[in-house]
Formats: sequence, C-alpha cells, structure tokens
Amino acid sequence: MRAAAPALVAFMFLAAMPLLAEFWGGSYVTGLIMRAMILAIAALSLDLLIGTCGLVSFGHAAFLGIGAYTAGIAITEGTTDLATILGITIGISVLFALVTGAISLRTHGVTFIMITLAFGQMLFFTFSALSEYGGDDGLTLWERAYAYGLFEFEHGLFYTIFGLLVAIWLLLDRLRQSRFGRVLLAAKENSTRMETLGYGVFGYRLTAYVIAGVIAGIAGALTANEAEFVSPALSAWQRSGDLIIVVVLGGVGRRSGPVLGALAFVVLEEGLSSLTHDWRLIFGPLLIFIVLFAKGGLASLFERRQA
Amino acid sequence: MSVLLATHGLCKSFGALTVTDDVSLELRTGECHALIGPNGAGKTSFVNQLSGLLAPDSGRIEFLGQDITNSSPAARANAGLARTFQITSIIPTMTLFENVALAAQARCGSSYRFFRPVHKDRQINALAGEALERIALTSRNDKLARTLSHGEKRALELAMAIAQKPRALLLDEPMAGIGSDESGQLTDTLLMLKQDYPLLLIEHDMDAVFKVADRVSVLVYGRIIASGTPDEIRANREARTAYLGDET
Repeated sequence: MRAAAPALVAFMFLAAMPLLAEFWGGSYVTGLIMRAMILAIAALSLDLLIGTCGLVSFGHAAFLGIGAYTAGIAITEGTTDLATILGITIGISVLFALVTGAISLRTHGVTFIMITLAFGQMLFFTFSALSEYGGDDGLTLWERAYAYGLFEFEHGLFYTIFGLLVAIWLLLDRLRQSRFGRVLLAAKENSTRMETLGYGVFGYRLTAYVIAGVIAGIAGALTANEAEFVSPALSAWQRSGDLIIVVVLGGVGRRSGPVLGALAFVVLEEGLSSLTHDWRLIFGPLLIFIVLFAKGGLASLFERRQA
Repeated sequence: MSVLLATHGLCKSFGALTVTDDVSLELRTGECHALIGPNGAGKTSFVNQLSGLLAPDSGRIEFLGQDITNSSPAARANAGLARTFQITSIIPTMTLFENVALAAQARCGSSYRFFRPVHKDRQINALAGEALERIALTSRNDKLARTLSHGEKRALELAMAIAQKPRALLLDEPMAGIGSDESGQLTDTLLMLKQDYPLLLIEHDMDAVFKVADRVSVLVYGRIIASGTPDEIRANREARTAYLGDET
C-alpha cells in the first residue's frame, strides 16, 4: 500500500485539476496535465517491459505513432466514432507487437535495444512518407473523435484521459501481482531457471509485449485527440528515449514510478523551456542527479520519507 | 522396474572436445542411479542435455516412452522431469517461499492469469508449503533467497524440485560446497527423496553415493567406463584408477 500512496495522491490531485485551473492557468494548465496523463499511460506500459520484464525497449514510441495516426487518418477520412478508432488502434497495435515482438524477443540486452529502435524508426519513416496525411509536416485534425457526447462536456476529454489512466494503472498493478506477473518478474532474474521449471518464457514475454503495445497505442490515440495534431515525431526515437527517461525518473518497477515520472517530466519540460530554449542543458544534469542519488527514482524518495 | 528415462547413443562435442561420447544410460522407477566421474568428465553437460539446455549432436533421449530429444526445457519440466543445478539457480530477489511457489505454480494450471493476486493463491501455497515441509525449511519462509546460507540454498533447490511434482529428479551435485556437518543431513534428505522419486544423482561425495545409490555409472572423458551396483563399482579396477583413487 505504501508504494502505491504517491500515485493515489497524484490521482486525487489530478482529479481536482480542472477545478484548480479555474483559479490559475485555465486551459493552458489542463492541456499540460492532459499531456502528462497521456505520457503517464505510455510510461506505465513501458514500465511493464522495463520494470517487470527487464526488457528495455527503445522503440516504444512506435505504438504512440500507431495510435495517433490511426486516430488521425480515421478522423480525416470521416470515421470519428471513438470505439471504432480505439478498436482499430488495438488491432494494429496487437499485430505490430506480435510481429516485432516475435523477432526482437529472440534477442537480449543491447541487441534488443537496437532492434526495437530499428522497428521504431521504420515506423517513423513510414509515417513521414504518408504525403497524403501531411508527411513530414504532420496532420492537423479539424475535429476530435466522437465519444457519444462525452468530449462535448466541459473537461470531458480531461476526465476520459484521467479515467483511462486510473484504470490502466489499476490493471497493471494487479497484473504485476498475478501469476502472470510473478512469472515475468522471476524470468527477469533467471530465465533459464524458469524454463527448467516449466515456463515457456518467450510466450509470457510476447504477451507482455503485446499488452504494453496496446496500452501505448491507446495513449497515442488519446494524444491525437488532445493535441488535434499528429506528426511523425511522435514515434521518433527521441520520443522513445523520453519514455525511458520518464520511467527512470519516476523509478523503474515502482508502483507509483511512471505516474510521478510523467508529471515531473512534463512540468520540468514546460518550466525549464520557459526559462531557456536549451532546457535540456539543465534537464540532463538534473536527471543524472536523480539517477545517482535516488536509485529508485522519484517514487523511492516518497517511499523513503514515509518509512 | 520399468525404464523411465533413457538415453541412446548420446553424443555431444564442443569443437575437438567430446563431452558426451556415445552415452546410453537408463533410469528405472524406484531407483537411484548415480553418475560419478572426475571433474570435466562431462556430467553437467550430460544433465544439461537431459533437461534440454544443451542440444546433443546425435542420439536420442526418451522419457516416459516419449522421444524428448528435441523438446524444450519447459516441455520436459512439464512432462515431469525436474532438475537441480550444481551452481545454485534460484530467483535471488524473491523470498524463499516465493521461489518454491514459482515451482509449484507451474503445476497448478495456467499461469496466463492476470488479475488474482498470486500470493493469495491457495492451491499454489498449499503445494509449496508441502514441499517446504518435506525439506524442513519452514522456519524462514519470508527471507529473501539471496540472503540464505549456501546450505539453505541447496535445500531450497531440492524443495523447488519437489514442488514441481516430478516423475523423475535429476540432481546435479546437490552436495556441492556443503560442509561435512551438513552433508549427513542432506544424505538423509536424499534417502527420503528416493522413497518417492527416481533419482539420477550426480555427486562427488562418495559416502553419499554409496549410501543412496542402487546403481552407479562412472563417466570419464564423456564415456561410461563402468556401470553396476555400488559394490561392483568399488571392486572395479578401471573405475578405481580413473576416479576413486587406488588407495581405497
């Protein structure tokens, strides 16, 4: 329970955000927080790979691109029904994860990092080549998906994203403590032993890879609706790197890690970039500082204070 | 006594080094078959081929009448062939109990279950508890496996193997690194295990081997040079010069 507390506090804070924004910041702040929440969803899915499976994927943003372009292209072509868009997103994410996972999961360590990076870049260049849908420049959406009136409410989109974030957090939290989660965690430490105990580790990892891909795909579809703009940069390797940074910043394999990491990342990015254009010059050392002095990321800082 | 596990003309080389040279060996129900031999004789390589971690160059492996030569390690484990490792192989970051529960979980239906908390799973916990009771490790269930003493880790491996509900056990030097005070206790454990499981025992500790084994095979340079009852092996000249030392 203790490890989950920072996330639960963060959720309460997020739930109250639209109200707080009335007094300060308005739609600028709610927009920022929506981006942070979407980033948190993507980071949660990546931490299923890094924290639970020990698989550092450097191409996870590919799934963000899949979700975003599915939504972008569907809406441009006049299919605005949210359930349809999410259905297609999930379908394509499953397929892409099965194919790329089946290949990349046969490798380990640095090779796995490189091969996921390659798949991510393949998708990046594919999106860049979609000249009909903006090519390099990206695609501006003229409307959001139709969510049965939900998005027409004030803060409808905000609470949809918030609800999905909480649901996905709960889902992955349960998964980590399930039979399936225990197999993944043990295989991270000693996969040979798991094989000789009777577990086909590859199948478990591929399943986890698909689950992570689907969740990141959903985050991508949400991004398209929040920003009303889709660009190839969403699936570029820099974005995959950002996701890894969020996971490390928050604390790898920590229950509250990805949520705290995403909030901190977006706030820091926004805060520092308002100070200077070269905000990463400050962000970099800060990240090194956190990695060095708080090995378990931000989540461990909170946990230690409570202990 | 029927044959449970058998190899037929098993061969394996790494380049010019032959580690398994035409090995045909049987493990029958109810027996303990010990495989002894000097360091580098190819004992562990042989067990690795039996458990599927190493593919033989030629020859066949049969288990319960099925050809398992090309089966995955997981498939062999699920068929009932459990093993322990010479160099302790456990999940260091999990507790003692969780390690045994992992072994038990593989016998308790599908692990593709995503929602129910596994630590509350009665079926798994009962099977793990049973195995732990038999190996008498019950006192320190919540200790992290990596903090256990060497002797406890060896015992934990045995508990994990039992929790797999195996049809046959491959024990790769269960006594490795164990002091003389603990080895007596471990020998008793092996005698107890023998009541319930056919054992293929690889061991350096000759006292233990001659106490537990019904049959002994001597492996030298990947080749079985002698096979027989413990008394026959003691009397065998070739086996004595190769391994036991002439002074015995």
